Amino acid sequence: MAAVADRKVVEARFKPGERVRVLKAAPIGHVRTPWYIRGHSGEIERICGAFPNPEELAYARTGEPRVPLYRVRFAQKQVWPDYAGRDDDLIEIEIYEHWLEPSK
Amino acid sequence: MSDKDLGTYRPLTYYQMMEVSLRELLVEKGVITEAEVERAMGEIGARGPERGAKMVARAWLDPAYKARMLADGSAAAEELGFEVPGLKLIVVENTQDTHNVIVCTLCSCYPRMLLGIPPEWYKSRNYRSRVVREPRAVLEEFGTRIADEAKIRVHDSTADMRYLVLPMRPAGTENFTEEQLADLVTRDSLIGVKR
Repeated sequence: MAAVADRKVVEARFKPGERVRVLKAAPIGHVRTPWYIRGHSGEIERICGAFPNPEELAYARTGEPRVPLYRVRFAQKQVWPDYAGRDDDLIEIEIYEHWLEPSK
Repeated sequence: MSDKDLGTYRPLTYYQMMEVSLRELLVEKGVITEAEVERAMGEIGARGPERGAKMVARAWLDPAYKARMLADGSAAAEELGFEVPGLKLIVVENTQDTHNVIVCTLCSCYPRMLLGIPPEWYKSRNYRSRVVREPRAVLEEFGTRIADEAKIRVHDSTADMRYLVLPMRPAGTENFTEEQLADLVTRDSLIGVKR
């Protein structure tokens, strides 16, 4: 089925467990990286596959080449300074590779 | 003409107009028929969470299916004859020490092919903006109290994945059939706002 994304990623830059930081950027146009998570560091939870770039698709372009997509897991207490919950509560978000950089 | 003269009449919005125009063109050009459109609308409207509930009931009864479902949700759905075209399904499991809840903060991404049309609250700004930053308070408003013994994983469905929560099997259901178990599974428990 052509519409189904590739289930394996040949060249993913990051591996599960690796620490990454979401770019603190504000490009113009359609992006799918939530504002609240930009600039925060987390850990790769899994590699989801490679998908057409939504920032291109939104403008009727092909979205090729496909971009690796990750699930990244963040500690709630680090995302929201006033977070009321446990230290190990998590927020997990899908982020495309070009929004991520290595982090300590 | 004043607003009062319009009575209950409301002109079509821009997107409603686009939908009607596109649909009529497709019918006119013979790409689809009116009957097909009506049938598809009927199917979408009639669909509830039965498919998701069936997957959960099967997982409760069959540990091997559950393992496959947690490894590859799309494949597990297809195994029961439910197509999830164009996207990938991730199933997240509730346990004694972890509770999962699903949201799409950007819009209203939802596994429609398994759960039907999303409830209004799922698409509301209130739910979308608050469940990511105060999940325990939002869950309490649904009558779901997550004890401090359990951590909460919020899943923000921002891109190409869709999510289904695998709730914990209720106590006292040891002798239930798959159909009886499926009847216990609610839409809200598959989103994670209820147990």
